[in-house]
Amino acid sequence: MVSPTAARPAHANADHAPPHAPVSLRAPLVEGDRDCHAVTEDVCRGLEGRPTGLWWGALFASGALLLLGTVAVIYQVRVGIGTWGLNRTVGWAFDITNFVFWIGIGHAGTLISAVLFLFRQRWRTAVNRSAEAMTLFAVACAGIFPLIHMGRPWLAFWVFPYPNTRGPLWVNFRSPLLWDVFAISTYFTISLVFWYIGLIPDLATLRDRARTKARRAFFGLLSLGWNGSNRTWVRYETVYLLLAGLATPLVISVHTIVSMDFATSVIPGWHTTIFPPYFVAGAIFSGMAMVLTIMLAARRLMRFENYITAGHIDSMCKIILAMSCIVGLAYGTEFFVAWYSGNEYERFAFRNRAFGPMGWSYWVMVGCNVVAPQILWFRSMRRCIPVVFVLTLAINVGMWFERFVIIATSLQRDFLPSSWADYRPTLVELATLAGSFGLFFTLFLLFCRVLPMICMSEVKGVLSYGRSTHGEKE
Amino acid sequence: MSQQLLVGVFAGEEDILAATGQARRRGHAIVDTFTPYAVHGLDRAQGLPASRLPWVCFLCGLIGGGAMLAFMFWVSAADWPINVGGKPFNSLPAFVPVWFEVTVLCAGLGSVAALLLRCGLLPGRSPRVYAAGVTDDRFVLVLRADTAGVEVKEMRRLLEDHHAVEIRETTSEEEA
Repeated sequence: MVSPTAARPAHANADHAPPHAPVSLRAPLVEGDRDCHAVTEDVCRGLEGRPTGLWWGALFASGALLLLGTVAVIYQVRVGIGTWGLNRTVGWAFDITNFVFWIGIGHAGTLISAVLFLFRQRWRTAVNRSAEAMTLFAVACAGIFPLIHMGRPWLAFWVFPYPNTRGPLWVNFRSPLLWDVFAISTYFTISLVFWYIGLIPDLATLRDRARTKARRAFFGLLSLGWNGSNRTWVRYETVYLLLAGLATPLVISVHTIVSMDFATSVIPGWHTTIFPPYFVAGAIFSGMAMVLTIMLAARRLMRFENYITAGHIDSMCKIILAMSCIVGLAYGTEFFVAWYSGNEYERFAFRNRAFGPMGWSYWVMVGCNVVAPQILWFRSMRRCIPVVFVLTLAINVGMWFERFVIIATSLQRDFLPSSWADYRPTLVELATLAGSFGLFFTLFLLFCRVLPMICMSEVKGVLSYGRSTHGEKE
Repeated sequence: MSQQLLVGVFAGEEDILAATGQARRRGHAIVDTFTPYAVHGLDRAQGLPASRLPWVCFLCGLIGGGAMLAFMFWVSAADWPINVGGKPFNSLPAFVPVWFEVTVLCAGLGSVAALLLRCGLLPGRSPRVYAAGVTDDRFVLVLRADTAGVEVKEMRRLLEDHHAVEIRETTSEEEA
């Protein structure tokens, strides 16, 4: 597709090219005429100097949240989950909402690193590293909630099938909750390995430019003796492609299985076949929004404007817009099917969802997830950073409410009016949610300081893209 | 056994691609090339065969997934069958999610382990770096130079013709 001439950057080499050479029609992925060494310098600068006051401030704030969450978790584990606002009717609420929310956030990392890799979207190189890190931290946050929900987290290992002295009494392989155990632990492991494999060449770069002995030893240990040999590169690229191929169905399976926790039950509002695609689209939507939130902040703080360009933000906004439309379609389809099914309970569940006692949360969800993102149809909005930043925050809020609406409003009004109940989160639950954000941002801030946020070895490979015809052959 | 080596350092991707291709066409023995990023086409220029790691991946997935499926049947239908909601003990459709996850897990971990072992990437290994900056912005071509002196001269000229920024002779022992 030929973009309008106005979109062409000034240095798109039309003037310097010899008359017979084809003119590049694509904008470069990296701006500001950087060469390989400049990429190394730009990315490593933030890791080698002293941290800025802003970084310390952010770490202090997120550390405080983490501390609050830790205190809350210790308290609820000691006293029991009676400290939550749950009751016999609403047996799942904040905990599972937070779990599904964080798992959803964790989907963008693998989407960017694996799916966009398979689709040869080369702009992903600037954002994949931090998106993958975000995935790991989000899945770690998600894992906490089912763990504390068990009430006796020290017996959590019972979810794994291991030979035991109770029979051996095995786990039930027909249960979606057990599928979740396998899906999430596999997802975390494969994401971790994928992330680490991608890091090895960059760790070697850090090792080779380390000034102190301790740094050299640290990065030397982690970089596994990498020396840039092309024999290794060929195998490395093969395995990277294999992992991308494996991670792509994996990322879809994980949220599909999470949705089956609900869809295989008989609760009106949960028992629908639309759940797997609906959850996967929602996960990609919320994950992309969180990636953008963090990218926009990091790009400013770490001075990565040349790498995370307006073009990147634009592309991610288009994905967000597409997902917003899919999610909106799913909301509508749910209502239509509830009406079309003729099932009284199903119809009531959806009327209650939108107009019941917690109907406001439904409209927060629709407003943030379906209405607000429509401004992204306009190119000027997609490239306006403050607008995009505020919008991604709104989407994060909206997607949290989506899970809350699905879980809490479906449970609060079940088949028997005598068992109807309401739900209100307690301070302990709110502190735990805040603590999970604290954990997420603390881990992310530490990551920004210790490991390269941008994948140098991949960005160097796309430097020529859009500058000469060489990069466009593939 | 010590080997005489000729190391050419380049500043650009195009230079090493052309130099490697020509060295191969002229029949010089290429020890290896070293680059800061995966240079596409360099494997062909160097004459490297395609990796067999996809087979490792396939076999690991097959074995891991198969073992897990067999284990689930044994647990649910043989060792301690439990009636859950009247469902059959051999409920294959319910085993598919875990089967799939374990297949992916074994295939992924297996191929990464094979990669690390095959390339000798292990913790504590000290890297053999032929030129400073190879993980930054330098491209290195290492040729075997233990043949007659005439050929070494020819190799040097080849490296110079492709704008090598540094050329040095060394032995494999010195580099180890």
